Amino acid sequence: MSNRKIRVLVAKPGLDGHDRGAKVIARALRDAGMEVIYTGLRQTPEMIAAAALQEDVDAVGVSILSGAHNTLCPRIVQLLREKGMNDCLVLVGGIVPQEDLPKLKEQGVAEIFLPGTSTEDIVKFLQANVKPRE
Amino acid sequence: MHEIKESSSPAEVERERWEQQTLEPALDKHPERKQSFQTVSLEEVERLYTPADISDLDFNRDISFPGEFPYTRGIHPTGYRGKLWTMRQFAGFSTPEETNTRFKYLLDQGQTGLSVAYDLPTLMGYDADSPLSEGEVGKCGVAVSSLADMEVLFDGIPLEQVTVSQTINAPASVLLAMYLVVAEKQGANWTKISGTLQNDILKEYIAQKEWIYPIKPAMKLVVDTFEFCTERVPRYNPISVSGYHIREAGATAAQELAFTLRDGIEYVAWGVEAGLDIDRFVPRISFFFNAHNDFFEEIAKYRAARRIWAREMKSRFGSNHERTLQMRFHTQTAGVSLTVQQPLNNIVRVAIQALAGVLGGTQSLHTDAYDEALALPTDRAALIALRTQQIIAEETGVVNTVDPLGGSYYLEALTEKMEQTALEYFRKIDAMGGMVAAIEKGFPQREIQDSAYHYQKAVERGEQVIVGVNKYAMTDEPAEVPILVIDESVRTHQLERLEQTRTRRDSGAVANVLEKLKTAARKNENTMPATIDAVRAYATLGEICSALRDVYGIYEEPAF
Repeated sequence: MSNRKIRVLVAKPGLDGHDRGAKVIARALRDAGMEVIYTGLRQTPEMIAAAALQEDVDAVGVSILSGAHNTLCPRIVQLLREKGMNDCLVLVGGIVPQEDLPKLKEQGVAEIFLPGTSTEDIVKFLQANVKPRE
Repeated sequence: MHEIKESSSPAEVERERWEQQTLEPALDKHPERKQSFQTVSLEEVERLYTPADISDLDFNRDISFPGEFPYTRGIHPTGYRGKLWTMRQFAGFSTPEETNTRFKYLLDQGQTGLSVAYDLPTLMGYDADSPLSEGEVGKCGVAVSSLADMEVLFDGIPLEQVTVSQTINAPASVLLAMYLVVAEKQGANWTKISGTLQNDILKEYIAQKEWIYPIKPAMKLVVDTFEFCTERVPRYNPISVSGYHIREAGATAAQELAFTLRDGIEYVAWGVEAGLDIDRFVPRISFFFNAHNDFFEEIAKYRAARRIWAREMKSRFGSNHERTLQMRFHTQTAGVSLTVQQPLNNIVRVAIQALAGVLGGTQSLHTDAYDEALALPTDRAALIALRTQQIIAEETGVVNTVDPLGGSYYLEALTEKMEQTALEYFRKIDAMGGMVAAIEKGFPQREIQDSAYHYQKAVERGEQVIVGVNKYAMTDEPAEVPILVIDESVRTHQLERLEQTRTRRDSGAVANVLEKLKTAARKNENTMPATIDAVRAYATLGEICSALRDVYGIYEEPAF
């Protein structure tokens, strides 16, 4: 096992500027010993996938509160896969109606964290699911 | 016997006696439930407040009578006995047609003012057909790309009679222009129309982050609206200086108070600098606060806000004009406090938060719908939210006397503490060179992020309880509530109207007015007349904002 720290890209796609959640998560993951890169606001799926590749991250955490998740998330997953990042986990946090959850998972989203989730649960999920690298 | 300090006041002497004779034996028998009791802002609360806690306050100087300086007890001598607050529910979703129908429904149900929520593309100054708008058209509010949409939005709603509040910031001057042109087409006289434009760009850089241009030209656009409205639309409030979003982003109550009022001071300073007469434009500046869960802390915040504003307008700017000193504000219950879990509990939270707003003397109020942590409200949820206000107004009796909690030892001590905390922030921000400079340094942004993080940790440790989430959670939740779904057909509908608008208009005239607008912006003239001409020619929101982007550039958030 390598001692490589888990690397996470926290991303905020779409036009929404509500970044409270994204910033709290970024800080909590850092406090848990992970390396976190925050994209800043209004990133297109293309920009997010490019940043994920460049930063060689293990996971991308996508924060969406605007209702645009069905358009944006599958595209992010698809672009990552096209870049050969098959093990890179895509996590979604934000306001997502129950009925959209199964479809997002089918489209390759690893997990969706809804309002009220503890940051510790997200840390544990990453620790358990990020594939160790050679 | 304990020795009593010579300097102790009679109130302090009595307090010490009580502690020894009554409190200590009781604590021995029944210890308190926890070591420390804190507000939702994580501020320590004392066990008991007595006259000793407010001995530094002077009734005439600090509390006084309603309708008199420093307005701690309200700006109206009769409180709500004369006029109730305006019940103004924020609404907007999908197409202008759909929102127009919701507006008419709310007015039929006894709502007394309108408040428009725009979708994200509109808030960012993009048309519905921009690639950046994909997936967002009509989702978080109503989609408006040109005057043609605005005409549908207010169809059959007489703008000379109904006051309308518009939540729009970076492109506010354009939406104001559209509103004025629609009013004009209805035959309304601009000198008679009233309403409010949010137009608070500083809090966008601080908290909500829907910006377009760099800070200084954006402030110039705000000052343009002040100047234009003062002359041409004198009953209109060209700005609503907003703490709401600052609070939602994680600020404490005291930070919300401090940053919002310091933003207000910054706008006044810029207006005065531009040569405007303070006592003509400041009376039309309104404010907008959050109503969060901690009941007394919120009421103290509103009372402190009025007192600080009156004192600052007098001490910083030398105004003695009553209307300049009187702070008027709108209140909205805290969206961030609503839970997805057991959503009907939100009805109770909203009622208590709304009551705090009323006891704080708000001029208008929006109550959130219980389903707003899930989606935009359904008709049914929106109706209960409105009925909540009507129950407070008509059934509880809190409106019968002015500032009913004034004189409470706790509330007065808390009001004083709020004021002192805000003044401490003012000193720091003044030392940085004002609010624009403080924002450029990332100061308020970092303070808010820190508070948001500490609050999240307090929730995760169980120190801050959220019923149904970290306490009394249910694995088997009661049946889900129905939610409003906005599908992609909205985009198609909006693209059709946009296409028609672009075909029907005189494109030469559009190019011409956009060029005039750029010239006005470059020459540092007031941009409002050219913006109104552009809107009349059916130039779209995206085209107008793009013209201004060419001149002003765009804002890039520094990393902090």
